[in-house]
Amino acid sequence: MLYREAGQFKSTYAEDQQIFPIRQDRIALAVFLVFAFVVVPVIGNQYWLGALLTPFLIFALAALGLNILTGYAGQLSLGTAAFMAVGAFMAYNFVLRVPGIPILAAFVLAGICAAAVGIVFGLPSLRIKGFYLAVATLACQFFVLWALQKYGWFSNHSTSGVITAQQIVILGYVLDTPERKYLLTLGVVAVMALLAKNLMRSETGRAFMAVRDMDVAASVIGIPMMRTKLLAFAISSFYCGVAGALHAFCYLGTVEPEAYSLDLSFRILFMIIIGGVGSILGSFLGAAFITLFPIFLNLASSWLNEFFGIEISHAVVSNSEAIIFGGLIIFFLIVEPQGLARLWQITKEKLRLWPFPH
Amino acid sequence: MEFIFFIEVLAGGLLAGVMYALVALGFVLIYKASGVFNFAQGSMVFFAALTFVSLTERGWNFWLALVVTLAVMVLLAVATERVVLRPLVNQPPITLFMATIGLAFVLEGLSQLLWGSQPHGLELGIPDVPMEWLSQKWNVNISQFDLFAAFVAGLLVAVLALLFQKTRIGRALRAVADDHQAALAVGIPLQHIWAIVWAVAGFVALVAGVMWGVRNGVQFALTFVALKALPVLILGGFESILGAIIGGLIIGASEKLAEVYLGPYVGGGIESWFAYVIALLFLLVRPEGLFGEKHIDRV
Repeated sequence: MLYREAGQFKSTYAEDQQIFPIRQDRIALAVFLVFAFVVVPVIGNQYWLGALLTPFLIFALAALGLNILTGYAGQLSLGTAAFMAVGAFMAYNFVLRVPGIPILAAFVLAGICAAAVGIVFGLPSLRIKGFYLAVATLACQFFVLWALQKYGWFSNHSTSGVITAQQIVILGYVLDTPERKYLLTLGVVAVMALLAKNLMRSETGRAFMAVRDMDVAASVIGIPMMRTKLLAFAISSFYCGVAGALHAFCYLGTVEPEAYSLDLSFRILFMIIIGGVGSILGSFLGAAFITLFPIFLNLASSWLNEFFGIEISHAVVSNSEAIIFGGLIIFFLIVEPQGLARLWQITKEKLRLWPFPH
Repeated sequence: MEFIFFIEVLAGGLLAGVMYALVALGFVLIYKASGVFNFAQGSMVFFAALTFVSLTERGWNFWLALVVTLAVMVLLAVATERVVLRPLVNQPPITLFMATIGLAFVLEGLSQLLWGSQPHGLELGIPDVPMEWLSQKWNVNISQFDLFAAFVAGLLVAVLALLFQKTRIGRALRAVADDHQAALAVGIPLQHIWAIVWAVAGFVALVAGVMWGVRNGVQFALTFVALKALPVLILGGFESILGAIIGGLIIGASEKLAEVYLGPYVGGGIESWFAYVIALLFLLVRPEGLFGEKHIDRV
């Protein structure tokens, strides 16, 4: 009843081509953004903003990066965390070594460095595909972490290997509270998500999808394979690099190689599987799910303890977390291979008719 | 002296390669028969080794524990086929791959939930010390246990080759590997074959788990052994048992030689990624691996 496009007429081509063609979508998005930018920092406490929402946004950005590569361009990557590590370390070095550099410029430069690494490790994708490529990106994961640990230049010859990220200063404002860091993260993520959404309906985005669906056919109709694949790697790694920089500066507050292990790569892969492969919204839904799920499990175990007196040890919780996690992934793949984003689409279809049956 | 040292490093590398090949074998078996890249192989190795060692630590007889663990692995194979593979028939390979990542998580959680997460030692009664007569006569140090592992791997390959070439099940397996639909058409029950192949892979995982368990102790790090087996796989080709062995030998030897002769120039510790780089360079020349099947793309 409320959610339908009846009566919204498009009279120009531009109107027909806009990102959110349905008015209700635009209103909902605007309300949501206002809520996230204005209301959440006011009502949220330190824990919610610093330990839940900020990491959620950062992982969503990384998942978005991986989704561009895996979901849209069809190149499976297991090296996401390595690209994030490049972003984190390079942002640290830019701030350290270039005096007076604006922090956002450092983030962008860090993203560009990650993109360069992405292009180098994307080169094999021109020759190999599928699982072979996944293994090639694993090489990236191990090599990058090794290089970051081995060469002292990256960590400014720190002996402990754990470096404290510098203070974030934008135009004289010091961003040191969780609210301010949250707002910075939210701003960056919102802009980059919008860019990604736009990119995917451009010629480049359609070329990505053509390569994903069948690369031989794509090259036959004249899509330059090398340019498209390397561009996908570059853009994806750029997103991951910026996410890594945010991860170090706004969430952890430290820059350390251990934070970017293979485990993180897998977690981000799960985010896009659960959220929806090849969907911008899905990256956010998946990141929310994977970030909130362990917290929910912990809560559930403490409730069990409280109401039924069942004591559950920490080891049991973390092991059952792994089991439920894996089980859910299999479940999602079987029941809804397109993930949470698909469920949202189905809901929207239902909403158009509601409350009538047809 | 130099030359003897070289031989020693080479032999150590080759024998370490045999250990990688043991794990890679499990991958190849499943990939051959069902086209699934089974990421859970490492977790299966861990699960099998942990189950086995926990049973023996509870005072079970060696052979009894072995048989029971094997039964558990067969059960696991049947369950996997029923719960994971069957509902995902005809899905793209990438979906199946991701499902096996999920399976890996389930297995890792399950094994630690059942048996606890502390590391266990494992003894087979074969000491991991250099062979005496070799070190006396030739001054070459080669571990006794490494040779035993190589022998076991050889035996395993021989048994698998017999199974694949000489038995009715083996013929069915090869038929399924060749062409699923044609195999179905001549009346080979696909589901049974998959369960059997996963069970055989479970058996290989058990052997690999026991071998690696003796070497490094049974602990969570065993799951990472699978990551070591990946470069072996892409070097040898996903479809070839022979490729797994040869790939394992090449990777093992070059990794050790690189660590010793190349490592000092870049600061050491290159073992963690060198194998991947070799495999990668190799792929640029031959994208289907040494013995893999050549794929022809059609629009």
